Amino acid sequence: MLHIYSKEINSFLNSLIGYIVISVFLTGLGLLVWIFPETSVLDYGYADLETLFSFSPYIFIFLVPAITMRMFAEEKKSGTLELILTKPVSGMSIIIGKFLSGLTLVIVALLPTGVYYYSMHSLGNPAGNIDSAEVMGSYLGLILLGGVFVSFGIFASSITRNQIVAFILGVFFCFVMYQGFSSISIMPGVEGNSLLIEQLGISYHYSSMSKGLIDSRDAVYFLTIIIIMIGSTNLVLKSKQWGS
Amino acid sequence: MSIRIEGLTKIYGKQKAVDGISFEVNQGEIMGFLGPNGAGKSTTLKMITGYLPPTSGNISVCNLDVQESGAEVRKIIGYLPEHNPLYLDMYVHEFLQFVGKIHGFRGNELIKRVEEIIILCGLAEEENKLLDSLSRGYRQRVGLAQALFHDPEVLILDEPTTGLDPNQILEIRKLIKEVSSRKTVLFSTHIMQEVQALCSNVVIINKGKIVANDTIDVLTRMKGKETRIELEVIPEIDMARLAEIEGVNNVISKGNGHYEITASFEKDLRPLISRKVMELGSDVVGLKLFESSIESIFQELTRQE
Repeated sequence: MLHIYSKEINSFLNSLIGYIVISVFLTGLGLLVWIFPETSVLDYGYADLETLFSFSPYIFIFLVPAITMRMFAEEKKSGTLELILTKPVSGMSIIIGKFLSGLTLVIVALLPTGVYYYSMHSLGNPAGNIDSAEVMGSYLGLILLGGVFVSFGIFASSITRNQIVAFILGVFFCFVMYQGFSSISIMPGVEGNSLLIEQLGISYHYSSMSKGLIDSRDAVYFLTIIIIMIGSTNLVLKSKQWGS
Repeated sequence: MSIRIEGLTKIYGKQKAVDGISFEVNQGEIMGFLGPNGAGKSTTLKMITGYLPPTSGNISVCNLDVQESGAEVRKIIGYLPEHNPLYLDMYVHEFLQFVGKIHGFRGNELIKRVEEIIILCGLAEEENKLLDSLSRGYRQRVGLAQALFHDPEVLILDEPTTGLDPNQILEIRKLIKEVSSRKTVLFSTHIMQEVQALCSNVVIINKGKIVANDTIDVLTRMKGKETRIELEVIPEIDMARLAEIEGVNNVISKGNGHYEITASFEKDLRPLISRKVMELGSDVVGLKLFESSIESIFQELTRQE
């Protein structure tokens, strides 16, 4: 698992995709948080980073599948999946290694936004007038969200050998899971079940986390989805390998 | 028994890719696995390595059932898949280290083994190159290096020389020969000379079925096989006199003193023919024996009806 992980990290470092993802993420977020007048925290009047945590998921919806799209699709296409699966390494450790490398990239992309926190901390009046615990909680929520998106992206990558298809499916899964359920829940005709439907989606669980409220139920929800998606990816790999 | 296959069948949809084949490879043997393209060679090898599940049948490698103890089997098999897939964004030594780590090599042991395998496979000069920038022959060496890394008991090579130039083919063959002395090797190919150059035993499959499983000697002596001799003399002679030689079955004149003689396999008739031509007062300027090679047997056995 560790060598798969370090191999994946190396291939991020050797290819442009990792750098592009991180710089696009930071540029987009920087513009939203500091420059664009509608969302800029400078004009907002309150020392908090809500913009960061409410817009990051939408950027992740596009960027995380871009990180994960090649993970299995490329290995399938080039045949290296056969090479690796006929070596003494389990499918599960390949998947987890890839998952962790994707999550690492998400965390690395988030690290520089620590500067935002520091700026807010200094800009507050009086300085330091920011709810640090809330920010920490929100970061944890964002990392969990990133993990969920990585697991969707990996699953999407495992069911096709075409990277573009993997990317589009990944974006679709992430979007439906993030936004889809809460949108369905306000449609006419589902009034009786709208809470239940909304709770299936990610945004319901993420919205409280992005306010810094860490509820164990939300954490369990995120971890469950990650486990389900990793398990499904494993099933896809196995079915290729063992199904007739 | 290193590899034992019983009643192996693989069905894709409605097509039977492999149809109830059984054969065995003994320890220390180099077995050629021969067949035209699409005969089911790669599918069979993929099943032996546990990458594809068989529809029915049993495979055991070193007395381990592939489906029950796949993890152990993967440890004792070295496998070079068809088309030699490699992580092209890695460097040669980086890739070999990665393979070594997967096989559980660590620290000094890993470094030492990488050095050994680089020397064994003749990769010393390419060690610090990106796999993507290597020529096909060197990539094939890297493919062999990864298959040989853990010194496997059983080596399975799927078309190891396809797409190489003649010199590279010879080098790869030499390498296979070198490392195979203590190993069981099963390799597939559709190049017949390869089988003659490398192995003692051969399994020929066609359309998913075994059509021959024997040693090369037996196969080349198969009943009904004939040798062909091309003869060129100056000046022309009477064909009928050539046909008098014992063992000659047929003589065809191709004009200009060229003759094509078909003869039975048992004996090399060339000395007799040249003596006969001398007796007739002509000179032999060309005499060539075409042995009934594994090639012609292969063509015969796998002819598409």
